[in-house]
Amino acid sequence: MPEIIKTESLCFSYDEEEGAQLVLSDIGLSVEAGDFVAVLGHNGSGKSTLAKHFNVILLPTSGAVYVDGMNTADAERLFAIRGTAGMVFQNPDNQIVATVVEEDVAFACENMGVPQAEIRARVDAALEAVGMTEYARHAPHLLSGGQKQRVAIAGVLAMEPKILVMDEPTAMLDPSGRAEVMNAVKKLNREKGLTVVLITHHMDEAAQARRVVVMERGKVVMDGTPEDVFSQVERVRELSLAVPQTVELEYALNAHGANLSLRDLSVEDCAREIMKYLGAD
Amino acid sequence: MLKDITLGQYFPGESVMHRLDPRTKLVALIVYVVMLFVAKGTASYLLCAVCAAVLIAMSRVAPRLILKSLKPVIVIVIFTAVLNMLYTPGRELVSFWIFKITAEGVYNGVFMAVRIIMLVAVTSLLTYTTSPIALTDAIEHLLSPLKKLKVPVHEFAMMMTIALRFIPTLIEETDKIMSAQKARGADFESGNLLRRAKALIPVLVPLFVSAFRRADELAVAMECRLYHGGEGRTRLNVLRFSRLDAAAAVLVICFVAGVVLLNRVSL
Ligand SMILES: Nc1ncnc2c1ncn2[C@@H]1O[C@H](COP(=O)(O)OP(=O)(O)OP(=O)(O)O)[C@@H](O)[C@H]1O
Ligand SMILES: [Mg+2]
Repeated sequence: MPEIIKTESLCFSYDEEEGAQLVLSDIGLSVEAGDFVAVLGHNGSGKSTLAKHFNVILLPTSGAVYVDGMNTADAERLFAIRGTAGMVFQNPDNQIVATVVEEDVAFACENMGVPQAEIRARVDAALEAVGMTEYARHAPHLLSGGQKQRVAIAGVLAMEPKILVMDEPTAMLDPSGRAEVMNAVKKLNREKGLTVVLITHHMDEAAQARRVVVMERGKVVMDGTPEDVFSQVERVRELSLAVPQTVELEYALNAHGANLSLRDLSVEDCAREIMKYLGAD
Repeated sequence: MLKDITLGQYFPGESVMHRLDPRTKLVALIVYVVMLFVAKGTASYLLCAVCAAVLIAMSRVAPRLILKSLKPVIVIVIFTAVLNMLYTPGRELVSFWIFKITAEGVYNGVFMAVRIIMLVAVTSLLTYTTSPIALTDAIEHLLSPLKKLKVPVHEFAMMMTIALRFIPTLIEETDKIMSAQKARGADFESGNLLRRAKALIPVLVPLFVSAFRRADELAVAMECRLYHGGEGRTRLNVLRFSRLDAAAAVLVICFVAGVVLLNRVSL
């Protein structure tokens, strides 16, 4: 699979001064097309700052970022890059521009100068993809949080991006809203091959990704499949993060003499592992 | 309480009024308002009132909503009516203390009240039946000749769209902050005007701070969705005049002619 995002010794500081504190230091990360990457890390570890490099809201202090082969420092490619890497933010209220759902979804296409008939088709497809077709003519402020966030995702999808970068898209949602958004995103990744970069504080969401990247003080400190990352329970805890509850349970049982794999992220797998252990005894 | 504000609210629908081009509606509204002030005499006013009633009926907007839109201006209506009654010179009907009410005053007062009521009713009918985006689109179109004079018409239209989009959000937020302050013992209802105004400061400060934060985030989100001003922009819903608009134009002309004629007749 080709790399769709690549950073080369990316360093970044909000302070222009020489020798200022680096918020990102020497990040070399590449994401394959079609992958689903969750980015973890405690508050202030630099996750949002990294995400903002993927669509040129920020530019590296040194090093380089390539999105679909384009260098983000290339000013002429600005719109092409932003159209490739769509960004969804935490607060759905602050990214919806229009007063009717479909007009908001159309916003990006309108800016791109897409012909009218095609805008219609794209808007319909985007709303369909997030399951919001029946709300096309609704006012966004009357929707639930999960629905608003799905509208925001549709607004980005209408640009037909290759990458969806999401910065804590479920942080302001209740559990059912979170499930709605996660299901929509997983479906897009699975069926449309959209590359997803998901920044989150929820371990159960990270567990649904194909790859987990953990950041600490502007560095990537862990990188691997969710199973690989979360099975290193002590290491994850050192980084002031939690592990998913299933791993937590297996870890607690292991402390009392059990011998469980720590690699079961779904409740079913965890139950099966425990049953196997009990049966084997 | 703040939720009662219906200003700029749009109620989606499929009526004739909804389907008219927003430019037609806007121009028709302006003509209507001008005619309200041109109209003289009972007959002309009656025509204006009948028109308003027909438009409201055609829009299928619940009359209750129109009445609701009148609520905030009731004070102004009464105030103007009373002032007109007291200060129009003419044949005296009753007098008490330093006031005297004249027949002409009553006549003026009533007509002034009717004028304001119809003005507000028909204007809110426009916002009820036209999505704010269509409305700002219409304004942008109608003002587009000014672009040649380097007036940032698109930017103004965009600002209006966003303002309209954030009215409900900010109202909700104000309600939330007020509840939070009330829970901490703030009192917005008692005391004189000055005290009440002072009580609002702890509401306004967080509201402003949050509005600026929102604006900042929205600007980034808009940039991420490739917003770069009005240049080269296309639209999802392109404004198009239809036969309906031609019919409306004819009716507007008839209305103007009607008012002008009736003005002559009843004077
Ligand atoms: N606009 C800014 N100006 C200056 N410093 C900033 C700015 N934004 C973030 N920082 C600093 O950069 C560091 C990383 O912030 P960042 O927002 O990337 O963290 P994060 O991992 O997204 O945290 P969170 O989980 O809270 O969202 C923090 O120390 C923060 O104080
Ligand atoms: Mg963040």
